[in-house]
Parts: sequence; structure tokens; C-alpha cells
Amino acid sequence: MAIKTLLIANRGEIAVRVIRAAKSLGIKTVQVYSEADEDMLAVKLADEAICIGPASAAQSYLNHDAIISAAKETGADAIHPGYGFLSENADFVRAVSNAGLIFVGPDADLIEKMGNKIAARQTAMKAGVAVVPGSDGAISDLDEAVRVANKIGYPVMIKAAAGGGGRGIRIADDEASLRRLAPQAQAEAAAAFGDGSYYLEYVVVNARHIEVQVMGDGKSAVHFFERECSLQRRRQKIWEEAPSATLDEATRQELCQSAVKLTQDIGYVGAGTVEYLYEESTRRFFFIEMNTRIQVEHPVTEAITGFDLVAEMIRIAGGAALSMSQDDIKINGHSIEVRINAENPMMQFLPSPGVITSLACTHAPEVRFDHFLYEGYAIPPFYDSLLGKLIVHGKNRGEAIAALHEALENTMISGIETTIPLLIALAKDDEVKAGQVHTSWLEHWLEHNIENIKP
Amino acid sequence: MTDIQSPLPGTFYFTPSPGEPSFKSKGDAVSEGDVIGLIEVMKTFIEVKATQAGTFDSYVVDNEQPVQAGQVIAKLS
Repeated sequence: MAIKTLLIANRGEIAVRVIRAAKSLGIKTVQVYSEADEDMLAVKLADEAICIGPASAAQSYLNHDAIISAAKETGADAIHPGYGFLSENADFVRAVSNAGLIFVGPDADLIEKMGNKIAARQTAMKAGVAVVPGSDGAISDLDEAVRVANKIGYPVMIKAAAGGGGRGIRIADDEASLRRLAPQAQAEAAAAFGDGSYYLEYVVVNARHIEVQVMGDGKSAVHFFERECSLQRRRQKIWEEAPSATLDEATRQELCQSAVKLTQDIGYVGAGTVEYLYEESTRRFFFIEMNTRIQVEHPVTEAITGFDLVAEMIRIAGGAALSMSQDDIKINGHSIEVRINAENPMMQFLPSPGVITSLACTHAPEVRFDHFLYEGYAIPPFYDSLLGKLIVHGKNRGEAIAALHEALENTMISGIETTIPLLIALAKDDEVKAGQVHTSWLEHWLEHNIENIKP
Repeated sequence: MTDIQSPLPGTFYFTPSPGEPSFKSKGDAVSEGDVIGLIEVMKTFIEVKATQAGTFDSYVVDNEQPVQAGQVIAKLS
């Protein structure tokens, strides 16, 4: 049953993005908003808008009942969750289907299965997808630890079985250090938790974050190649590209095949992303998790493949089969996305809400700017600091970086502080240009290059 | 009376976490730099500190209430 009226249970730039996709499909849109978001762009663009509660997200964008009532009241037959908020909340998804509405995404059982780290790891292993090697269970004998470590390879991380939150983690580079550190970890865990057993896990040194965009209709599944998101600060991605600068063609095929196999095995419905750590020195990749929603960085995949992923996931939610086969999906050129946040990179990334006094951006054909800004708009302080995403496309990576640099120089957001100066400095950096980055690269760079950021 | 203002717009909290006692109560001695409350701005928590010493009188906004930059949130006597 094709969707007639879609309610968007989100805000900011992704709400604008979903409305655009729905309109392209001739679907009527209903935008929900909190009392603090009455003026936001998505409210102006949607066919209808409805207030669902106070500024606090817990009472509005996270309020299951308020959102489902809003859908009933406006006659919406489907709910798009965007990313974040309720997009991976199995209880909400259950409530949506119990109310007789369509959730744009997989069903609650699938979200639960892939949202649980241990269950997801087992599901991936069953599908033949490599996971980060580790001990099968808890270890308390040193000789056994040495045997296991020799099998999984060094360096290994020693984690207390009873611990949590990274407490007491040690890293052993070889057998001698394992023989020294494991008894320490055991004694410490025994004293702290009354249980001295521990797990061993392989440490991917200078890991790169590579993920595969997938889409399924419950019967078949396709991949849209990979994205690399190794530039991160506090685990927040700030620069994403497609394809990855580091993969050779054989590894790319192997990686994407493993993701599509997993997607197929679980009968996945909708847009999803299979995330991996990639070890450049050995060209090995390891599954870490699957995100069961559209991601912030989906536009780079759209730029290199030419498909509208948000429209496709809405069509599938309405009961349609995948509109493309794997052979239809090809990589064209290179795309980069940067996230522009309302933060001051020169002041420990202090958030900077406030009124946009003027806004200027480039309209070059190779540039796309997904945002929710307009002159005079007051960015509320209650939500995420993401203002928008600048996406560029080039024939190759070098061209894309040059286009990105130019687009950033031509983007002026006045009235608030933004991370544009940081992004410009990164676009000029030699290691970034050479693609020599990994997931801890940016934090290290920030410690030494803060003076290279020019306001 | 001395006013303590919020340095940023956001959501004001006068307890370190839900269920805990407030940072200050009526009659508490306040030194310059003491934490009076927290402002949540764009998912980041920022401490609101006393800019001068005194005796705590009262919070003038509710816990978890949205506040503007410069808004008075507490008073010292």
C-alpha cells in the first residue's frame, strides 16, 4: 500500500531532506515540531505542521504517544524517523505498527537484533562476515590467554569480564607483555569486581572507519558501495567521503559483498549501513555494527551513484520492491561531505546557538548544501549543533577536495560561530589530501594544529 | 542582592544529575568560582559559576527550564 501522507518525526536538516524526497514522490507531508521549533524550515516546507510538545526532546521528539497521536490527528499513514531520536527505538516502532501505521524502516525485531552488540556480532558471524577477533568467552588462565592471543594476533586488549565502561583495559603488544599485564588485570578485576576473568580482543591499530550503504526490500538486497568516515572528533564524524581513498578494487568488492550478504541473510527492509573497522596494513576489515536507519552522510553515496536513497526507502516502506538491481549501481567520481556545526573550534568547540544574520552559499553544480537555515532564523539551543552538510562531487578525489575548499570559502553563515574554519584547514592539510588518516587522526591533529585554523 | 546570570541560552539545571540535591541551598556560603548550576546547550553541559562571593539566597528559575543568555538564574544575598 503506497504511502499517501508521511509524518516526519524529526527536525533540522534531515526533516527538510525527507520532505524533499516525499514531495518528489507526490506524497503529502506532515511535520511535527516542538514549541522551540515553530520557525524551523521544515515546518514552512511541509504541507501541514503540528506541535507535539515543549522544547525538551524527551517531551516532544522522543515522546512516542505525542507523535503517534499527531499522525492519527493529521491522517498520516506513515512515519519517517530520520536519524537519531526514535529512529532505532524498537518500542516506538512496535507502537507505530500497533497503531496501524507504517514505520519507514525495518521492523522492531530487526532493530532489536541489530541494536544489541552481542546479537549483531553473532548474526554477522553467521553470515560469514569477519568480526574483530576475540576470545570466545572469559579467560582466567594465563597459558590459555597466550594460546588465544597467538591465534587472534597482537596487539590484544585485555578487558575485565565483569568490568564496564573501559575500566582497567590494558593493551599487550606481544606475548611477554601479555604475560606481564594479564595477571595485573586479573588481580585488579578480582579486587574490584570479585571476578578476575577477562576477555581478549584484537586491537586494530590506526583503524579506518569504512561503512557500506545497503538497501533491502525483505526479498533481495543491494549495496551502494562504501563511505569512509575516518575523520572524527569524540566519535562524531565530521568529514565523510565515497568511495574510500584506501580500498583497492578487490577489497572493495569483498567488503561490499559481505555487507549485502548480511543484509540479505536477515531479510532486511529499508536503508541500512554496515559499519567496519579497516586495517590498512593487512587490508582486513571487521564488522562493528549495523545502523538500521538513513545516516547523516548518505548524500555522498547519492552523489556517486545517482540514486535518491531517502525516496527509495519511502517507496519500499510503502510496499514497493527495490527499484534497482546491483548491476544498475555504479561509482561515478568522488564525493565528500563535511558537517557544519554551530560550534567554535577555537574555543573547545563551545556551542553557538543564535540568530543567522546573513547566509550566502555557492550554487555551483558540483555542490549540494543540505541545511535548515534562512536569514533571521534563530538556531535553538536545545538540540544538536548540526547546521547543515556541504557535499561536493568531483571526477576524482583531488578535484573533490579542491571543490570542497572553494565551496567552504564561499559559504558565509553570519551571526553565530561555525566549524567552517576548521573544515577549511582540513581541506588544505597534506595528510588529508593524501588520504593518510584514521579514526584518531583528527583529535591528534587538533592538539597540534589549532593555530592553523583561521577565523 | 547579587544576580547570577546564565552565560548561554539553553536548559538550566540546578542539580548535578536527576534526583541529587541542588548545587546550593538558601544560606550556603558561596565562593567566587563555585558551581551554581548547569546549562545544557546543544547537548553539551556548561557549568554556571559564581562570579563573586556571597551567601546563597535562591534559584529564580525552575529546574530544567529553558533560559536565555543573560537571564538571571539565581540570587546571592
